[in-house]
Amino acid sequence: MKEFKGRVIAKGNFTGEAAVSHQGFNTLASFQKSALMNKKEVLVSDQNNKDLFGVNITNKILCLPITIGSTTGGLVIQTVCDMKINPRAFLFSEEIDSLAASGIVLAKVWQDSDVICIDKLGKEFLDTVKTGDKLEIKEDGTVTIL
Amino acid sequence: MIEYKMELNEELRGILEGKEGETKQKILETLVLFGDIFGAKRMVKVTHNEGHLVTSFGIPLLKPLFKTMDALNKEGIKAEGGFTCDPRPIDYKNVKCNFLEKIVFNKILYGKQEEYEAQLKKAGLTDFDSFSCASYLKECGNRPQKGDILSWAESSAVVFANSVLGARCNRNSGMLDLFGSIIGYVPEFGLLTDEGRKATWIVEVKTSKLPEAQILGSAIGMKVMEEVPYVYGLDKLLGTEIDDKVGAYLKDFGAASASNGAVGLFHIDGLTPEAKEQKEKLIKEGAKVYVIDDQEIERVYASYPIMWKDKEALPKLCFIGCPHLNYYQLNKWHEDIKNALKENNKTKVSTRCVLNTPPKVLARFKKEEPKKYKELYEMGVTISSICPLMYTNNPLTHSKPIMTNSNKLRTYSMARYFKDEDILAILAGKKVY
Repeated sequence: MKEFKGRVIAKGNFTGEAAVSHQGFNTLASFQKSALMNKKEVLVSDQNNKDLFGVNITNKILCLPITIGSTTGGLVIQTVCDMKINPRAFLFSEEIDSLAASGIVLAKVWQDSDVICIDKLGKEFLDTVKTGDKLEIKEDGTVTIL
Repeated sequence: MIEYKMELNEELRGILEGKEGETKQKILETLVLFGDIFGAKRMVKVTHNEGHLVTSFGIPLLKPLFKTMDALNKEGIKAEGGFTCDPRPIDYKNVKCNFLEKIVFNKILYGKQEEYEAQLKKAGLTDFDSFSCASYLKECGNRPQKGDILSWAESSAVVFANSVLGARCNRNSGMLDLFGSIIGYVPEFGLLTDEGRKATWIVEVKTSKLPEAQILGSAIGMKVMEEVPYVYGLDKLLGTEIDDKVGAYLKDFGAASASNGAVGLFHIDGLTPEAKEQKEKLIKEGAKVYVIDDQEIERVYASYPIMWKDKEALPKLCFIGCPHLNYYQLNKWHEDIKNALKENNKTKVSTRCVLNTPPKVLARFKKEEPKKYKELYEMGVTISSICPLMYTNNPLTHSKPIMTNSNKLRTYSMARYFKDEDILAILAGKKVY
């Protein structure tokens, strides 16, 4: 077991499976295909993301450095939260970027979403966590790799 | 009322207390909570009042967007300074589609386009010729001044406004672009501050010739992600003044850095306004260094995955102009395609080719260069103002081999990236792979 502590952007308790992107997570490129096809689950469609291309991230704990790409990013996060096909939690190793932050705030204020978001978990967190690991998130921002 | 940390003036406190209605209250709540995440101490006035929105497409799945627009329209809430908007998704006259593709576009993908454009107009859309990702071009009119505070989205427009025009804008998301334009204030942090505009990367361009803008931008974007690069060496290849030719290069360079990474601002030594004024003072202590030579450009180019089902196929469609071409580029592509065909004894391009440019640039081209306009169509090239990215959202286009010189389009679609010289060769009927 290894414990990490970050800053809480949107609080919540959850235990689930990690999906890890070591590179910037391109929000539009990743969600675009599944969202457009009205799928029940998101299979990451970003061809440039060697870690997660084709991986199901719905209801998973998405571990990432930051998000990158189109400024539709926030609206895309809000939309997948509205469709309830979003990752249950976003865990950022770095400070959250402006597009992801917009998406989390939009989902909370306008959709009353229960999406969880923690940032500043540190580089060691992203170096340690692996796709498929079981993680426990607590509302004070503690993340434990079980 | 929400708990918040930043200081608000009386006008904004009133809005947050609900004095101007629940919708405006939620709009400001969103902006304030967003700003608090980044430690913004206050909201600052938007000084270039015309906004720019990234969401131009009526995709029914964007339910939260339509619901919010509905609420704005019902309460008569609008962006008083007006706004331009990203390109429309379809143009059947110039980007022809078959019957099935049209059904998917009209009934599934963009079935709410007309309704959404009516919502946009009520919310403050400047006019129906305001659909372009490059609304900052002179012909389009939405061109901020140095130091202006903006409430824009569209990654390529934000990076151009910050870097080339010296305006100040964060990488806002869709929705927040409109919210800031409605309230007239945005939270002050990041690229709005002097400190946030300092470079944390030094990029040394040591190539033997001017690299393709889209590959150089992509390389830098993938390396620095959301940080600010200060680029040495490009002024020797581009010169020290930003005319239409150099502006076009910086437009394409920035778009690639913003879509392949998350760059919101770059400085080019001896060329961009803040770099000219402040030089090395813009670089933070301890900045990391990235050297780009000919090998690095080729390495990055070779790393782009080819998503075509048949990698040997001949392209069926070519998109040039993502982001939209400026007037110089439109003329240059006319000249280059004409010369390439002439050299190969051809009169028509081998692959259907679409040049994308803003409606107002196209209007100028038609007026000032009617002969060139006619020649392009005679060569089999059409000119459109659509967003090719939105076109490639149609799953029926996925089996179609599409080529492009846009790194942004490559990233968000199955289109294959080619260098300009290869595009011209293929259009002239040569096989380059």
